[in-house]
Amino acid sequence: MIALPDDLKSFLKETGEISRFAFRFFKEGFRPRYEVEEFIHQCFVIGYKSLPLVGLTAFIIGLVLTMQLRPTMVNYGVEVQIPAMVGIAIIREIGPIVTALIFAGKIGSSIGAELGSMKVTEQIDAMEVSGTNPFKYLVVTRTLAATLMLPILVIIADAIALYGSYLGVNLYEDITLNLFFKKVLDYLMYIDVIPAFIKTYFFGFAVGIVGCFKGYYSNKGTEGVGHSANSSVVVSSVLIFILDLIAVQIADLFM
Amino acid sequence: MQQQQETVIRIEGLCKSFGTNKVLDQFNLSLYRGENLVVLGKSGSGKSVLIKCIIGLIQPEKGKIQVLGQNVLNLNQVSLDKIRVKVAFLFQSNALYDSMTVRENLLFPLRRHSFQLTNTEVDDMVMEALANVGLEHTIDMMPAELSGGMRKRIALARTLILKPEIILYDEPTTGLDPITSLEIISLINKIREKYQTSSMIITHDMKCVKLVAHRIAMLIDGKCYAVGTYDELSASSDEKIRQFFN
Repeated sequence: MIALPDDLKSFLKETGEISRFAFRFFKEGFRPRYEVEEFIHQCFVIGYKSLPLVGLTAFIIGLVLTMQLRPTMVNYGVEVQIPAMVGIAIIREIGPIVTALIFAGKIGSSIGAELGSMKVTEQIDAMEVSGTNPFKYLVVTRTLAATLMLPILVIIADAIALYGSYLGVNLYEDITLNLFFKKVLDYLMYIDVIPAFIKTYFFGFAVGIVGCFKGYYSNKGTEGVGHSANSSVVVSSVLIFILDLIAVQIADLFM
Repeated sequence: MQQQQETVIRIEGLCKSFGTNKVLDQFNLSLYRGENLVVLGKSGSGKSVLIKCIIGLIQPEKGKIQVLGQNVLNLNQVSLDKIRVKVAFLFQSNALYDSMTVRENLLFPLRRHSFQLTNTEVDDMVMEALANVGLEHTIDMMPAELSGGMRKRIALARTLILKPEIILYDEPTTGLDPITSLEIISLINKIREKYQTSSMIITHDMKCVKLVAHRIAMLIDGKCYAVGTYDELSASSDEKIRQFFN
């Protein structure tokens, strides 16, 4: 029998553990008692407080993308198509993926570090002896909030990125906001919007569950907390790309 | 005298291993109502594992733990939570919630155990718990703003808020200076006198042992090696026991 390399073994082991952790989320998350107050608080922390960073990044991406595209479009004499091209690029791919990566960096690391430090300072145990199921209180609320907040952030980010693009176009020529958005929407179809929107739920779930998993099983003291935060970002970012690849393949079947 | 007293915790044949390391091996011990029982042992001997088994944070492989007449190892989550209202746990690291104020830390167990209390009753309970540890002025402070000794006292206030019958102390004086340690020791004694609580105290701080223990249980090689008063054990000729008292 061929022995598996240690790295592959630990990769498969971790994949299995994360899958079991995600299964536990579905098993426990939909049974009472529901932690509504904590869930709303997490929606505020995860969603609302991420908005400035996500908005700023989206604005810059929209503006820069337009300015970078423009010379080539002018060369081919199709600068009039910039709103349509930027619109499709942002809605289908750049908006969801950039927002999800920013989200993974901000929220994934913060969940990993927060739960990790709670674990090493016995706060999770203290919660359990206080009559609280820590998995429901900490993991279910954060994962659900991340799953539901990321799609909303992506919609807002898409709108801000398109506004950035509108300003980018206006640096060189005059176009009204109405006309710009009309040109964007003329070329957008439901098949562009719906898969891009659906996949953001999976991105949000991946960020939430991985951050919680890494923090919840943190060990080795303060070093472990740093490792949890770091690996939350790395693993969830890789997962986002893998999920994106799968989503594109599936969406392609309906094109 | 203790034999006639009511047993609040009875541990029989408890076994727990981590890999090949047998931490508890057929461990037997009883805690009587109203007494301070110190479990004494070297670092890493399994003292913390023992009290975490009692409160249901660690599952032992074998044995029986009767707390207030119920075997905690056979209880479902709801029944275990009911027992946990009566058994408080003071963590070695205090385990105060960093993101909550002192008031919210104290309110947390009250709210989670779903008691039907008015806001005035809740406020009174919080103030009483803080008054017991002499830290009423810290009510709106964050744990990060408190000193090590203050954090320990707030953690103690949080254990007291549910008026438990039993308190499990995990190394209550570890990491504290001698003066603060004495303050915590005096609080442990004061709480026992005021609320008639039974306490199991895990420690290797001999000053703490001398000042709080009614009885001492020696945890050596995973077993309850000896049980006795401070005077009885300190006079022992057994080398394994003597090394703690020298």
